[in-house]
Amino acid sequence: MVGKNVNYSFETMHLEASKSITPPRVKMEAKGVDVYYGDKQALEKVDLPVPLNRVTALIGPSGCGKSTFLKCLNRMNDTVVGCRVTGSITLDEEDIHSPTVDVVQLRARVGMVFQKPNPFPKSIYDNIAYGPRIHGMTRDRTELDQIVEESLARAGLWNEVKERLQEPGTSLSGGQQQRLCIARAIAVNPEVVLMDEPCSALDPIATARIEELIDELCNKYTIIIVTHSMQQAARVSHYTGFFHMGELVEYDHTEAIFTNPQQERTKGYVTGRFG
Amino acid sequence: MNHKNETPEQRKYLAKRHAASRRFRWYGIMGLGIALMTLFFLLGTMVLKGYSSFFQTQIQLTVSFDKTVIDPLGDQSAESLARGDYRAILGNALKRVFPEIKSRDDRRQLSKILSDGASFQLQDLLVSHPEWVSTSQTVWLIASDNVDMWVKKVVDHDLPESQRRISDLQAKWLAFLETNNQLRLRFNAMFFTSGDSRNPEMAGILGAMKGSALTLLITFLVSFPLGVASAVYLEEFAAKGRWADFIEVNINNLAAVPSIVFGLLGLALYLNLMHLPRSAPLVGGLTLAMMTLPTLVIATRASLKSVPDPIRDGARALGASPLQVVLHHVLPLAAPGMLTGTIISMARALGETAPLLMIGMVAFIMDIPGGVLDPSTVLPVQIFLWADSPERAFLEKTSGATLILLAFLITMNALAVYIRNRVERRW
Amino acid sequence: MGFSWIGTILAILAALGFLVGNQRGQGLARLGRLHSLPRYHGVFVALWTALPGLLIIILFAVFSTGVINGMIMENSQGGVENAQVLSVELNKIQLIAEGSMPFREGMGISWDSVERMKNLYRDAHLSALFCVIVVGVMGFQYALRRINANFRARQEVERIVRILLVMASSVSIFITLGIVLSLIFEALRFFAVIPVSDFIFGLQWSPQTAIRADQVGGSGSFGAIPLFAGTLMITGISILVAAPVGLFCAIYLSEFASPNVRGWVKPALEILAGIPTVVYGLFAALMVAPAISDFGGQLGLDIASESALAAGLVMGIMIIPFVSSLSDDVINAVPQAIRDGSLAMGATEAETIRQVVLPAALPGIVGALLLAISRAVGETMIVVMAAGLAANLTANPLQAMTTVTVQIVTLLVGDQEFDSPKTLAAFALGLSLFFVTLILNIVALGVVKRYHEKQ
Repeated sequence: MVGKNVNYSFETMHLEASKSITPPRVKMEAKGVDVYYGDKQALEKVDLPVPLNRVTALIGPSGCGKSTFLKCLNRMNDTVVGCRVTGSITLDEEDIHSPTVDVVQLRARVGMVFQKPNPFPKSIYDNIAYGPRIHGMTRDRTELDQIVEESLARAGLWNEVKERLQEPGTSLSGGQQQRLCIARAIAVNPEVVLMDEPCSALDPIATARIEELIDELCNKYTIIIVTHSMQQAARVSHYTGFFHMGELVEYDHTEAIFTNPQQERTKGYVTGRFG
Repeated sequence: MNHKNETPEQRKYLAKRHAASRRFRWYGIMGLGIALMTLFFLLGTMVLKGYSSFFQTQIQLTVSFDKTVIDPLGDQSAESLARGDYRAILGNALKRVFPEIKSRDDRRQLSKILSDGASFQLQDLLVSHPEWVSTSQTVWLIASDNVDMWVKKVVDHDLPESQRRISDLQAKWLAFLETNNQLRLRFNAMFFTSGDSRNPEMAGILGAMKGSALTLLITFLVSFPLGVASAVYLEEFAAKGRWADFIEVNINNLAAVPSIVFGLLGLALYLNLMHLPRSAPLVGGLTLAMMTLPTLVIATRASLKSVPDPIRDGARALGASPLQVVLHHVLPLAAPGMLTGTIISMARALGETAPLLMIGMVAFIMDIPGGVLDPSTVLPVQIFLWADSPERAFLEKTSGATLILLAFLITMNALAVYIRNRVERRW
Repeated sequence: MGFSWIGTILAILAALGFLVGNQRGQGLARLGRLHSLPRYHGVFVALWTALPGLLIIILFAVFSTGVINGMIMENSQGGVENAQVLSVELNKIQLIAEGSMPFREGMGISWDSVERMKNLYRDAHLSALFCVIVVGVMGFQYALRRINANFRARQEVERIVRILLVMASSVSIFITLGIVLSLIFEALRFFAVIPVSDFIFGLQWSPQTAIRADQVGGSGSFGAIPLFAGTLMITGISILVAAPVGLFCAIYLSEFASPNVRGWVKPALEILAGIPTVVYGLFAALMVAPAISDFGGQLGLDIASESALAAGLVMGIMIIPFVSSLSDDVINAVPQAIRDGSLAMGATEAETIRQVVLPAALPGIVGALLLAISRAVGETMIVVMAAGLAANLTANPLQAMTTVTVQIVTLLVGDQEFDSPKTLAAFALGLSLFFVTLILNIVALGVVKRYHEKQ
């Protein structure tokens, strides 16, 4: 694995022993990222490291730019008309905007789960097989079957759906659909998984299920999660970035953000004075 | 997994996927290209073939209005002038230009460079200038359709003589007239001021335009109130239920019924049952009204639907009755959308041909209709009729009339788009 | 036309009614608080004055000519062999009575009958006028009598308006009913002469021989199979052109094109959609058919100057914007979320469209294509001008073929009599056309509607 030792602020921070098995290395890193929609600036000078195999949470009030930032990481903003991204974003030290990087390949390495479950109008099986098929990852059906089973198992959905793989993905419940989408994302074996408020459309039980899943997945994947809920950020993440008005106000160890924020604005937000 | 060290196969596979994507995009561009090229080609053809119909070839002659020939009764009354032998004085006038032509055959050929309408032209001139009797006047007269086509170079001058309508001799005379400045191309006012004619050079579209206007007027007067009333009822009053669903399904289906079926209904209902006059704009308008009604209802309902409910609730909260809510609040707000829908369906009615063939608006009618009961034709049917005529010169008229029709339609559609964009409210 | 006069008189009566009602309302208002504004009283009286009279005018307009013609026919003494001759005569009488044709001896009709018709019309108009005035005054009095201090004029007016609205909205049902009844009625008369099986399964179409029903051997042959085959062939060609081109236009516009391109191309497609069919017919007959014929000549193929191919191609062009705008709606209704889902998996745009968007939009696209087929089946002018009249039963698109709509037009245009099997055949064809397109439309609209509800 390519990566480097963190030389950022959290190097100096004290890390909670249970969550730092190996010294964290930077998987993705944003430096001086500005995003404009037309004339309007949505993000200003964002610097943020994403440590490998950790969960990084992005929090902040609505419209603060956290989702915008997330979409920069797999260049989903390319599809938005009039959106312009400047600054550097690296994945394994390679700039994702460099001409040698193929956006199709980038997105295969940096997967994404959306706010609302968005299964394709296909069978459960085909939903999972979609990615491996388009990327030509398998040679035959047995290999594909294996990937489908593995991905569903890793997303904790296999036992629930193994009898009904040919049913449409939309027939599942909301929480199951979201896990299906997670299974779909990890079926192409990405290195990073971006999650854009993955639980906002789910009930508390389904949310708990997804949170557990995130906890399990971070052993294998680097996860960045945008969330509205500070409790969720506190529960699932190792690091947290607080966005406000298009700026990254503070980035730190999750513990530190919630117990000892350095910035006035962060303090105001986490104590519930605004947002 | 290190993506920097991808295998050549992977790289090749990726390249293949990108190529497929590009190809797909090109199919899209090609599809659009075909559609737009056809549009361009179609409009271009019509303009190229049609613009010359706005010009008319005229020949200058000095005509002596011999009283004994043109005024046989001698009282200069319109009746007497109508009996005059204008062919004779035209022949004399031509003889004066070409005194060397002696043989009968050549004379006949010579007289054919003028339109049959030249006689009527002289007669009209005399009626408006009675003082011209017994004088000589230099006048510009309409040339025949064959000469017109020759002068406009619509026919190939290099064709062998046997394959063209203008003989070598006639061509020589025309060249002579041209060098004497006795031949000119002028704006063809006649095209816009006269009705249909068997002679292409005299045929005009005023009759058809007026027929179209009258027909459209009837269509509008019938379909607009009915369409708005049904849309208002369905959208604002009707309880959502089976009956409203039934009417809605019915209207949607009616909108997709082929137009010719409405023609058959018009024939059976208005002509066979009610014995209304054939070929009349009244019947045409009523037939087209049945055809446009469903589209009008759909468009009006859409614009009523776009008025948000809080406006209705607000008015109701002030104590307005359901009818007052609709009349004072919903209709004014929906008006631009309704107007757009109405213009578009009227444009469709203006371009419609098939149902009007069924109710006899396809007859040859020279007179310009004065009312909704007079036999008349409409622009698209006029195009159809001219397209069927064997004379070469009608081709030009056909395309010219098409240009006029398209100009009307495009103006109407542009107006609709303009209103939609201009007044469109974003709730 | 006397009815415009009667209408004017009725309008004047209604205006009077409004004034009187308004005045009465104002008078009552001075005495105490009224439930409704005085002008509602005026409207109430005006409606009661005008509406019954209007109904009478409509009834007279619809039925007077028929009744008068019946009376003339009843009275016409001998010499009339059959109904067709009679209808021609009636037409003449009517034209002369209206003054749009001069009367001459030897037209086969007597001046007496013209006079009689004139008188009958005058009587009809006078009695209509009488009825309108009587009923109007009655309505007026009824309305006035109802007005008192407790009268709820606005409620009453709204009730009447509501009834009018219901009537207006049922007009469309009457139109459908009219179509079905008139087609079935006339078609039944046709099938009384020609057996249904001969019509549906017959391979020979030559109605031209049946000029008159009473001619020897003049029944013609009315086998509609060649027409159905021609319709199918031309529709098929047009869909082969319009489906891929229209679909790709829609895909490009909704998935690839920048807003700027869309802003220019969509109006252009709307222009294409707004071009009248007669212009497409002209285009087919003048440009496309000769071009195909010439091109075939160069290849050594014998292509008729009026070929099914030319008509089909141009019809295909005509329905491109139709397919494109309907598919555009359908594709745009596919939620952006699943597009994003696919793109975020690392799919290319083409893969996203082909494997996710199009399958999702498929029911809607099928519905759109069915509507397009229905439209092509019922299209008339292009085929009338470019497809030819000869009923060839062939599978060769390079030959001239004829369609149902072409035959309807040729059977009915220029014919004044509506009783021979020849003209009645047009209604039988119209009936089959109506039912085929109706089924297509119902299925298509159902599919599209369900699709939009699901999204």
